[in-house]
Amino acid sequence: MEVNELLIWARGPAFNMALAIFVFGMLLRLFEIISLGRKSDLSAARDSGLSGGLRTIFSRSLPRKTVFAREPLRILNGYILHIGLFVVIFFYRPHIELLGLDLAGLSSSVIDAVTVITILSLFAALLMRLYSPVLQHISTVGDYLAWLITLLPLITGYMAYHHLMLDYTQMLAYHILSVELLLVLAPFTKLTHMFSFVLARWYQGYLAGRRGVES
Amino acid sequence: MSQLKRNNSQISETFVDHLEQHGVSRRGFLKFCSSMAAALALPTGSADVMAEALSAAKRPTVIWLSFQECTGCTESITRSHTPTIENLIFDFISLDYHHTLQVAAGHQAEEARDMAMKDAYGKYLLIVDGSIPTKDGGVYSTIAGRTNLSMLEEAAAGAAAVISVGTCAAYGGLPMAKPNPTGAVAVTDIVKDKPVMNIPGCPPIGLVMTSAIAHFLTFARLPDMDELGRPKAFYGDSIHDRCYRRTFYDQGLFAKAFDDEGARKGWCLYELGCKGPTTHNACATMKWNEGTSFPIESGHPCLGCSEPNFWDAGSFYEALSVPQGRVGETVLKAAAVGVGVGVAAAALNRSNKSAAVEGRETMTVEDLKKES
Repeated sequence: MEVNELLIWARGPAFNMALAIFVFGMLLRLFEIISLGRKSDLSAARDSGLSGGLRTIFSRSLPRKTVFAREPLRILNGYILHIGLFVVIFFYRPHIELLGLDLAGLSSSVIDAVTVITILSLFAALLMRLYSPVLQHISTVGDYLAWLITLLPLITGYMAYHHLMLDYTQMLAYHILSVELLLVLAPFTKLTHMFSFVLARWYQGYLAGRRGVES
Repeated sequence: MSQLKRNNSQISETFVDHLEQHGVSRRGFLKFCSSMAAALALPTGSADVMAEALSAAKRPTVIWLSFQECTGCTESITRSHTPTIENLIFDFISLDYHHTLQVAAGHQAEEARDMAMKDAYGKYLLIVDGSIPTKDGGVYSTIAGRTNLSMLEEAAAGAAAVISVGTCAAYGGLPMAKPNPTGAVAVTDIVKDKPVMNIPGCPPIGLVMTSAIAHFLTFARLPDMDELGRPKAFYGDSIHDRCYRRTFYDQGLFAKAFDDEGARKGWCLYELGCKGPTTHNACATMKWNEGTSFPIESGHPCLGCSEPNFWDAGSFYEALSVPQGRVGETVLKAAAVGVGVGVAAAALNRSNKSAAVEGRETMTVEDLKKES
């Protein structure tokens, strides 16, 4: 397939297919999680589960002192990775156009620097996983797959912008296709946490809230 | 007969004789050679080689076939505001067949083509503009009762080289756009055994065409080409990379409407649909209308007209990053199916859970004792 045809396919039919799988898969997974259900708690609530749940959704974004002291590097790297991803996805003008948002956007040089930092952060995460005896034991193929499909859009986007290895049109097509791969696989890997983190935090916070304990 | 004699004397005329007749000095000719060599990105010293070769070059026979086209390419290449030395090379070539430009009409025109092909068999340059319809035996475009397909096959057989002018001849262009009712194809889909150079664009830049002919006259071959058959010297860079507004793209400054402040300040037109990043052409450096400007300089986004399938690449006025198709509809349908299957999965989970609870066998302390 000629590169322009590939780009047309990536921007059109392929994107629509990937988006359909993403939306379908994510809703299916969320329904599955919600419908698992829990036994109803018959004890009298000591405090509000609602406020505990809502508070925890946000409070878990901040590190706990004791946990941070134990593994500061991992937690810092986690912040760098997630903030980096957020910035490159939502503050690059072509992406803002794609998402149909009304954001100001950042200059290409800032996005470029953040992309490099995010890529380095992903490699740091991989090294930490490979050299941690505990993580080695609990890591599955799914973890490495999630890492790879997160990395590919960053690498291809960076290479397209800098005209590395391939012509821009071809690399742009690969960049879009790598995002589509991410969309297709996200609901079926641990990347579901992009939405399910809200449910998990809500549940923990709700339980703790009812019991009147810190969460 | 007098006409024939005149033609013979013209054929023996060299390019330098021709230029002299038009009042172009030796200095002017050397300048032309230098600019051509520079435009073609040839190594140092090539200007002298070109000057020497062109000085002795005899009028080459050129046959120009126009198929499914709009004549915009001919307009672009022949129209100029002042007679330039580049145009003189067009005057110099023996353009023996060209619908729009030739005096002859009807069967006399066709005879001129036959004669040119016979006289210069294996040596003439064939220029094609327009795509070739192939559906239903190619009946959708005929000249003098012959299909474009058969005319191209015949003319290409005796050509030294073929130049496809314009996106239609190079890649199928507008006639090949979906649903391609005439089964239009590009020249390279038909001509496989001859060197073919593509000069795409809707229309292409005249100087690119002139340079290609100058190169052919100098080196008896076509210039170096990329994988899409385009001369690298002119199609090596994208419009975006050579655009004077590129700095605004990098700063994140974009025009969001054709009449907003950004547009007045000359900011980047990416968000208004500019296809400059994926378009390879020399517009941003060569410019149009005697170097006056190019589309982006006049405030309009690049349409990507020199790329294959540009008519099928979505709206001209949507940013390159915006997906094509009915995205909203896709999301709604996928969400509906996702919710439906999700509800069904939830019901199945609950029913499995209830069945497990109902089927649970109670176990007493006595049972445990028995097993141990």
